[in-house]
Amino acid sequence: MSSTLRQGRRRPATRVPPGLMIVGAVFALGFLAANAAIGYVVIDGRLDGQWYDIRDLGFAVQELKAQLDAINDDQPGFLDDIVGQHWMSYAVGALLGAIGILSFIGGALLVLIWVERRLIGRMQIRRGPNRVGPYGLLQPVADAVKLIQKEVLTPDGADRILFLLPPAIIFVPMMTAWGPVPWAPNMAYLDINVGVLYLIAVSSLTTLAVFLAGWSSNNHYALLGSMRTVAMMISYEIPLSIALLSVVLITGSMQLSEIVQWQADHNLWLIALLPIAMVTYFFSSTAELNRTPNDIAEAESEIVAGFHTEYSGMKFGLFYAVELGNALLVATLVATFFLGGWSLFGLEEWIPGYLILFAKLSAAYFVLVWLRGTLPRFRLDQLMRFAWQYLIPLSLFNLLIVAIEASLLARWDAPGLVTLGLFTVVNWGAAYILFRDWARRIGYQPDAGGPRRAELTQQVGGIEAAHRMGTAT
Amino acid sequence: MDQLFGNYLPVLIATVTGFILVITALIGSRLLAPFSQEREKATTYECGMLPVRRTSTNVGVRFYLYAILFIIFDVEAVFIFPWALSFVEVGAQAYWEMVLFVAILAVGLVYAWKKGALQWR
Repeated sequence: MSSTLRQGRRRPATRVPPGLMIVGAVFALGFLAANAAIGYVVIDGRLDGQWYDIRDLGFAVQELKAQLDAINDDQPGFLDDIVGQHWMSYAVGALLGAIGILSFIGGALLVLIWVERRLIGRMQIRRGPNRVGPYGLLQPVADAVKLIQKEVLTPDGADRILFLLPPAIIFVPMMTAWGPVPWAPNMAYLDINVGVLYLIAVSSLTTLAVFLAGWSSNNHYALLGSMRTVAMMISYEIPLSIALLSVVLITGSMQLSEIVQWQADHNLWLIALLPIAMVTYFFSSTAELNRTPNDIAEAESEIVAGFHTEYSGMKFGLFYAVELGNALLVATLVATFFLGGWSLFGLEEWIPGYLILFAKLSAAYFVLVWLRGTLPRFRLDQLMRFAWQYLIPLSLFNLLIVAIEASLLARWDAPGLVTLGLFTVVNWGAAYILFRDWARRIGYQPDAGGPRRAELTQQVGGIEAAHRMGTAT
Repeated sequence: MDQLFGNYLPVLIATVTGFILVITALIGSRLLAPFSQEREKATTYECGMLPVRRTSTNVGVRFYLYAILFIIFDVEAVFIFPWALSFVEVGAQAYWEMVLFVAILAVGLVYAWKKGALQWR
């Protein structure tokens, strides 16, 4: 049976028409010529600092601001006295940044919802959305159109004003938290020197909105979900802050562009130097996001939908968009803090920095989706225990180790390769010992004979069987 | 324009943009979506039954324990941030002070642990 089906899957060899080959060759030649031209211009150095340098859109914005300042100086208006000099360039720069970030989030969300659903479908041996548009690409658009046409209900006994506020309150931190992310050396529209602290402050505002939503709904499920969320979010905020502290210690700055610059200067991503901080940050962030390994806040099988049980239509759509936008933000921050941001060992001279960052954040986002497809949901007590008895002592210990290393790095007059290499080895050894032994100490017991293969499912189900049947796409 | 205010102007503008977007989405849904008042529709969801009682009832005390612990540790993290920036210049003395600070907090954590405050019951 299987042999005939398998033959059916095989495609007959097709001949490529010669006209298509000529077009392809012309395109390939054009691509090579364009790359050679770009390489010539880059090596020549005539792009550096020019406004038409598309590797760094920050230059163009600076040029625009300078011209606006000149106009402002020529024709001073009455607003100069009230708001201050050069208000126009500040406002236009900020507006451009906000619109750019907003359009990026919108576009990336539309694509990444589709990517996530397809990937999850793939991991669960089904197809995922494939009907609306080519390959189901228009599914997120269709979802948005559907949601905006649905009735928005307000339940009985709900606190009407407080019920209206949370979708707006939860959306704003997501917008503002994107500000300090550097997309290229000069391309951050809110490049403040307390960036890390700002991020922690802004992202913890989400907790307030979640609690408001749960409390004002007048629903038992919603209240339970929001209480759980608040307990979990505040527990995981501590290891998250302490993990970022070790990044601040090593790089000596809270400015995100400086942190990325440090990684570019030393040609070393912080994931190599700070594995414990990386794992702590990543796991704590998934708890803050309410995504599947830690989604007890909206555990469908226990408390319907958690804090947004009573929200329908576009209000629910806003919650959903914010959840995905925050996942994207966490992927971006992981890429910025631990994967080197826009730097790629010197290749950022050729490739625009924002494309490098996008590639890295896509990789981090894929890991988030992978976690969602792989891990089952943790229980609430397991999660709290993990935060308080494992992650917090671990990250405090890691902080003290990294502090010693930071002071050694500043004082020890050895080449960077020696010190940083030594620290990398020491930190990975510490990570291995701490992750393994501490997990065993608080009660993790691996199976004696290692994990067993599920033999029956290999035969009757699973992706291999699907291939045998010829039904997998 | 004042440098400090200019630095934080993007926060204001992003906030306003976010609010505008949310309000646009809600108004759009108000224009496009059907809207009809009905008593049955507005009951809160509770597995299809009528809801039992109001939700402003008791909340487990364990949430408060975690909240108190959170405040202590979060304030600690905020204290460590300025230390992390300046400690390389100050030197070994700053390091031992921070070890002492973390040790006191760790003793508190161990105490809460042994008392069972971290057990979810």
